[in-house]
This record gives sequence, C-alpha cells and structure tokens, in this order.
Amino acid sequence: MQDLHLCAAEKRGIHQLGGDERVGWDEVTQGIILTSFEGDASEIVHQKAEQRHYSDFNSYTASVASWRVEKPVFNIDVCIDCQNCWVWCPDTSIISRDKQMLGIDYDHCKGCGVCVEVCPTNPKSLLMFNEQSGLDEALAAWPEKKKKEEK
Amino acid sequence: MAEKFDLNDREVWDGNYAASQALRQAQIDVVAAYPITPSTPIVENYGAYVANGYVDGEYVMVESEHAAMSGCVGASAAGGRVATATSSQGFALMVEVLYQASGMRLPIVLNVVNRALASPLNVRGDHGDMYLGRDSGWIQIDAFNAQEAYDLVLCAFKIGEDHSVRLPVMVHQDGFITSHTAQNIYPLTDEAAYNFIGDFQPVDDLLDFSRPVTYGAQTEEDWHFEHKAKQHKALMDSRPVIDEVFAEFEKLSGRKYNRVETYMMEDADVVIVGLGSTVETAIVAAEELREEGVKAGVVGIRVFRPFPFDQVREALKGAKAIAVLDRSSPGGAMGAFFNEVSAALYSTDTRPLVTNYIYGLGGRDFSIDEAKRIFKEQQANADAGHITTDIQQFSGLRGPHLGYFQTQRG
Repeated sequence: MQDLHLCAAEKRGIHQLGGDERVGWDEVTQGIILTSFEGDASEIVHQKAEQRHYSDFNSYTASVASWRVEKPVFNIDVCIDCQNCWVWCPDTSIISRDKQMLGIDYDHCKGCGVCVEVCPTNPKSLLMFNEQSGLDEALAAWPEKKKKEEK
Repeated sequence: MAEKFDLNDREVWDGNYAASQALRQAQIDVVAAYPITPSTPIVENYGAYVANGYVDGEYVMVESEHAAMSGCVGASAAGGRVATATSSQGFALMVEVLYQASGMRLPIVLNVVNRALASPLNVRGDHGDMYLGRDSGWIQIDAFNAQEAYDLVLCAFKIGEDHSVRLPVMVHQDGFITSHTAQNIYPLTDEAAYNFIGDFQPVDDLLDFSRPVTYGAQTEEDWHFEHKAKQHKALMDSRPVIDEVFAEFEKLSGRKYNRVETYMMEDADVVIVGLGSTVETAIVAAEELREEGVKAGVVGIRVFRPFPFDQVREALKGAKAIAVLDRSSPGGAMGAFFNEVSAALYSTDTRPLVTNYIYGLGGRDFSIDEAKRIFKEQQANADAGHITTDIQQFSGLRGPHLGYFQTQRG
C-alpha cells in the first residue's frame, strides 16, 4: 500500500515563517531572504526529501492541505509506474522512489486533478475523491476495467 | 586582469563620461543596460570599455529598462557587483523593479540622469524622475556637477555595499546640463578608486550552493509590515555610514561632501533650497547679491533619501525667508520637496517663511537673473515679516502669472 510516512515529516505544517511565536520587525531576516536548509547543503541534491534538514523557512515545512476540496487517491494495484503523474504534478506532490510510485504528499497537494487527467491506465490508478472520504472507502469504490467503445 | 586605462591627473569629461569612468574603476561584474537619452553615453562608454578589455565583467543587452533592472536584480542576488543607468521614461519603466531591488536589499548602483517625464515628450532635464523614485526605498544622492557625478558614483558603491546598509543607491545628475557639459575633472587613479570601494563581499548570494536561499518571498499581512519597518530602519541607519564614506573620500581626494550642502549660510537671511545644477546657479546669484548687501545663502540637498530632516532644520534655522525650488510638476499639490523642507522647519522655534517655486520644467533654463529675482522676493518677505506673494509660484513660465495660495496676513 501507500508509504505515507514519507510525507509525514515531523515539523511539517506546524512551523510557519519564524515558528510558533511570531517574531518582531527587528528579528525578521534582512530582505526576507530565507534559507532553505539547516546547515551545509552542498550534498542536498543527493539526499531524498525525507533525509534533508529543511529550515522553518522552506515551503516544504508549510502545509497547504486546507486549500483542497477534492483529493487524488492512488491505487497501487492498477499503477504501471509510468511516472506521468510525477512529471505533470505542478507541486511535486507525487512521491516516487526508484521509478516506483509510492503515494501522494497530502501536505502539498492542492487537489488540482492534473495527475488524474494524465494517468493512462484503465481504470485510472489515480482518481479524485471528496476530501473527507477515507482511503479504504475510496479503494472499495474503485471502478472496474472498461471496455473500449466500438467505433 | 583588465587592460590598464591611462588617465591624466586632470581630464575634460562631461557628467556621463565621468560616471562611466567611475563604473569602470569599480570593476563591475554585471552591467545590464538599455540606452535612454540623456543617460545613453554612460552605458555606451561602458560598453566600449568592456569591448576594449578595460573591464572584466559582463555587459548584458536587454530589451527594455524593466528588463535591465530585472537583470540587475538577478545578477546582484547571484552575488555580483551590479550597476546601470537610466533617465525619465526608462526610469519610470524600472520603477516596479526598483522596489524589488530595495526590498531584497541588493546594493545595485543606478545612475539617473534626470529628465522630464512625458507627456509631452521631452528629453531635457527636470527632476520628475527623481521624485518618482523617492518612496522606492533606494538611497538617492544628488550630484550638482560632473566632478561630483564621478565622486559620488564611487561613494555609492561603498555606501550601498556596506554590510550594515545593503541598499541600492541612485546617483542623480541633471540631464544635459551636467551630463553633456564638459568640465575639468580630477579623477582618482584606478588603484586608489578600487581600493576605496574595495572588493565586493556578497551576503546570502544565490550562487552559494552550500546555503541555498529564497529571494523575493511572499509575505502578505503576516510579515510585510515588519519587513518594511526593517527596511525603513536600514535607510535611516545608513545616514552615519554615508557620513563615514564621505569623510573617507575626503581623506583620499580632498573633496568634502555633506548630506546637506550649505553655502554662505552663517548669517543668511534669505535662502534658496534646491537640487542639482540649480544649486550652483543659485550660489553665483547669491555671491552677486552679497555684493549688493543682500544676505543671501544657498542650501543644496546632497542626499535626498534618506531625507536629512535634522540637517535641513539645522541649516535653515537662522533664515528669515526661504524659497524651496521644485523642478518637477507639482501634480495638484505644493511641490513635494517644498512639503519635505517645510515639514522639517515646522518644528523649529523660529519657523521661517517658506515659499515654493516651480521652475525649469522640461529643461527650461534657470538663469542667474531668475535666482536673483527669487532672492529679492524673499528679501521682501523677510522685510515684511510675512509672505507677500503666492505661496506657490511658477517661475520662468510664459504667459500670465500662475500661482496659488496667499497667506491670511498677506
């Protein structure tokens, strides 16, 4: 099933700019120039998202989940790992490791539905569901394979 | 290493050439330029220095002034020493990006050769564009002649790049009057000029891959106010740094600059407060009137932003009647410069009489005779103890008198 722990960084969504206690004007960074990572980031490109030391100022630590009305649900049993959704997602919210689709980063997905639109499988391995519906409920409601219409 | 440029101790340069030589000596990393009259020769000359090997940096040709300043912002954020030049409409097109530069605290140097804003279209000098930039968060320094244009561009790099300041700096000179009039200039040697400015020490540069940073973040109501307060404080706190840089430049060159320049102000009763080359015209007029017994003085604002509120108040406290000269269309109000000088004087005990002259728009000549006439009107005000004319007057305008607002006592 989906490896959801990948997208559940401990601090994610809790800390906004400057943390819980709002800092005063004398403490904001000069020019609102924000550091993305804690410490030296020379090797960051070789690290996977969950290994990186994101700073509180990195947008990765902020959640935009509340923007969503509908959410995409991923069905690993139908997926062919074509990576189309990963390529097209405008918010890099599709989590893929070694060309294997693993799930959706629900802290950053805004529910645009592009991944569903570009999914080529039959039935689609990504479908939009109401934000409140549970994962099991959604998977139980997954459609069957449809035959192509005769022309 | 760049080719050596042979300089004499004394050169005959116009303001544009002087400014471009200062840029060359600063050995800038990136100049992004789009030519506009009358500042064109600055980047044109600079382009020749690049082509002939006198500069090691990059020269970026762009498709508009908006793109020129955008290129400067990008190059400065990347960690380079950056400069460009503009005027009038080009300046207006840059304005949007000027706020980006100051908000991101990028020490870009912008040569502004002041010119009227259209319409009607006009390539000649007035201060419409200078005033357009006054709330953009840039330090604004005003050169009254070509020598000063050279000196102050060198100072501008040192001021803006100071780590406690880190703000972009504009150096103004009057279109054509200063920019195209050749004068004797005493340049520094390349070594002296470069050592004065020093190597560029970037902070939080984008090309430091070991410490990635975000520039131009969105803040909304959560942080915008706090950030603007910090930016304002940085501008206000740049005042002592500007003074230090001017003092250091005096040691090097013998030429002394102040944030507010005063001439014959020790005992002056009647004063002209102005900007740009007008200051020099007013000085000649004041000297001639001194021989006639008129106690005339002149105050020139060298640093327009941060506005030297306390120094203006100090310089003018003994005066009886003051004419504040605005070389910009007032746009349905008293001149902006008049408002600022008046505000500085309002909290003084003596509170001298202040009138506003709108003059010289679109390059209309400001003559010594006109300056003398203004001094004499101020003498009449001083003698009467109240303002005898309209508080705002258009000076040097053809046709019937145009003026607004008389005092109740008048």
